[in-house]
Amino acid sequence: MTVEASTPAGERMTLNMGPHHPATHGVLRIVVESDGEVVARCTPDHGYLHRSIEKIGECVEWPMFVPYTDRIDYVCAMNANLAYCVAVERLLASDPATTVVVPRRAECIRVLVAELNRISSHLIAVGAMAMDVGAYTPFLHGIAQREAVNDIFEKLCGQRLTYNYVTIGGVAFDLHDGAVAEIAAFLDQFEREMQRFNRLVTTNTIFRDRCAGLAVVDAAQAIAWGLVGPNLRGSGVDFDLRRDESYGIYGELDVRVPKGEAFAGRHGRQGDAYDRYVVRLLEIQESVRLCRAVLQLLPPAADKPADPLGGHQAEVSKILRKVPKGAVHVRTEAPRGEMGYWIVSDGGKVPFRVRCRTGSFTAAGMFQHVMRGIFLADVVAVIGSFDVVVPEIDR
Amino acid sequence: MTRREGPGDAFDDRIHLTAVDEFLAWGKEHSLFYLLFATACCGIELMQAGGPRYDVDRLGMIPRATPRQADLMIVAGTITHKMASRVRTLWEQMGEPRWVVSMGSCANSGGPFSKWSYSVLNGIDKYVPVDVYVPGCPPRPEALIDGVMALRERVRRYRTLGERSTEPHVVAGHEAPFGARCQLPPPDAPAGDGGRA
Repeated sequence: MTVEASTPAGERMTLNMGPHHPATHGVLRIVVESDGEVVARCTPDHGYLHRSIEKIGECVEWPMFVPYTDRIDYVCAMNANLAYCVAVERLLASDPATTVVVPRRAECIRVLVAELNRISSHLIAVGAMAMDVGAYTPFLHGIAQREAVNDIFEKLCGQRLTYNYVTIGGVAFDLHDGAVAEIAAFLDQFEREMQRFNRLVTTNTIFRDRCAGLAVVDAAQAIAWGLVGPNLRGSGVDFDLRRDESYGIYGELDVRVPKGEAFAGRHGRQGDAYDRYVVRLLEIQESVRLCRAVLQLLPPAADKPADPLGGHQAEVSKILRKVPKGAVHVRTEAPRGEMGYWIVSDGGKVPFRVRCRTGSFTAAGMFQHVMRGIFLADVVAVIGSFDVVVPEIDR
Repeated sequence: MTRREGPGDAFDDRIHLTAVDEFLAWGKEHSLFYLLFATACCGIELMQAGGPRYDVDRLGMIPRATPRQADLMIVAGTITHKMASRVRTLWEQMGEPRWVVSMGSCANSGGPFSKWSYSVLNGIDKYVPVDVYVPGCPPRPEALIDGVMALRERVRRYRTLGERSTEPHVVAGHEAPFGARCQLPPPDAPAGDGGRA
């Protein structure tokens, strides 16, 4: 549904959305040149939340950077922790003397918390998208379920949002007593809740028709613009780093990758806003399945060498005073797509360079392309469908 | 004659005797509309405070999209140098009387970014006057609600018509031994940066 701009450039109106706007997911600013109700040009303006996290990475010691990764993407802090820790571990593995073996139980817990966090992150994404198109209630349903995940994480590590839980070489704490039963119970009730959510929003005709055929990105475009994660899969590209470039114990799990198939029906096209939305919901289902699978794999806590606590951590912090020289780039699949770290070490206890590549950045770059010719009222729906989180763009 | 919920003295169900100022303050206290303004991590906790579990709506707090309808600005999250002047603009657009709650370490003092970051403003109180500081990184919704309750005490004492007093700001959650809230000197006091420098 695109309309060509007809009036000459002088008659266009420039509309400023943000940096404070209730639907721009933080402090994103978009300058929209509109021709009547149609967007003629859209320019994102970034940097309102540039917190110089990458520079901080060059100032603090290796393990001290983990809390800052929380703040790169606070909606899925566990995944952000995991990405950095996997990258540092890969760098340490370049020298046999400094290789850190992550205990198997810790590996399982990592996947468990990453998938739980993916669920809670996607809940915000789909809820916020529904809110952006004018339905406030679904967001509250999403928040209510997110609280349940927060409760689990709070028992696990004491924090609700920024966890600092995944550490280099393992995880900070073992699962608390009764955690397995608690998580299993959550997954059961969550699945029932999601069916209700789908009846309320996903199959809602108004919502579906609003998003159908909106901001279509075909597979070739998605690859050319560097889209990642659910946005890329929404365009029908079958690519998931958990399966295709697996890290941790993802290789042992059978990760099924959903992709966009013009779910909106007659008016829908592959890679439209509705596809991106549905792919997120399917990924929530997939994460529930993966959580159950990991709970099966979880070795018993009595297995002391696999205990993520204890002497292992002290040994790792000794190794981290002298990280071998070299550079490594590791990409992981975070809820907003590829989260990659390029880390350079000059052999000291402080990284020489920490570069973070995040999914929201490329998605925000895509705005100027997909927003051309859509209606003004759809701008927020498109932002919501790409699920950008501003600190991921600005860092 | 029983004391009922509301300002002044109630004689029966229909008659309340009170001062106009007290009545206005009572109304303001129970309808603190807040600006839907979130910059970073604290914004998620702010949303969850508005969500079904913590439900700040029951305190008469309803999010408003525009500063012109808001009484309260909750600065939730990191404020960078680029953003700071925009926060000031938003604050200026709010109608008097207006209140500001600084939520989280970043808005209070720059938090984890205060030492190394070149782009983060170390405390929003350099741009807008802050009434209540809520510590935490991010603060739990309970902590935010505690800060709001501290603010409500302030709003109750606000006088629209009478003499306005300049009150020192408070730090939520810091209880003095006798239950009174710990009060720091006001930001412009000669002692320095509100005791936080």
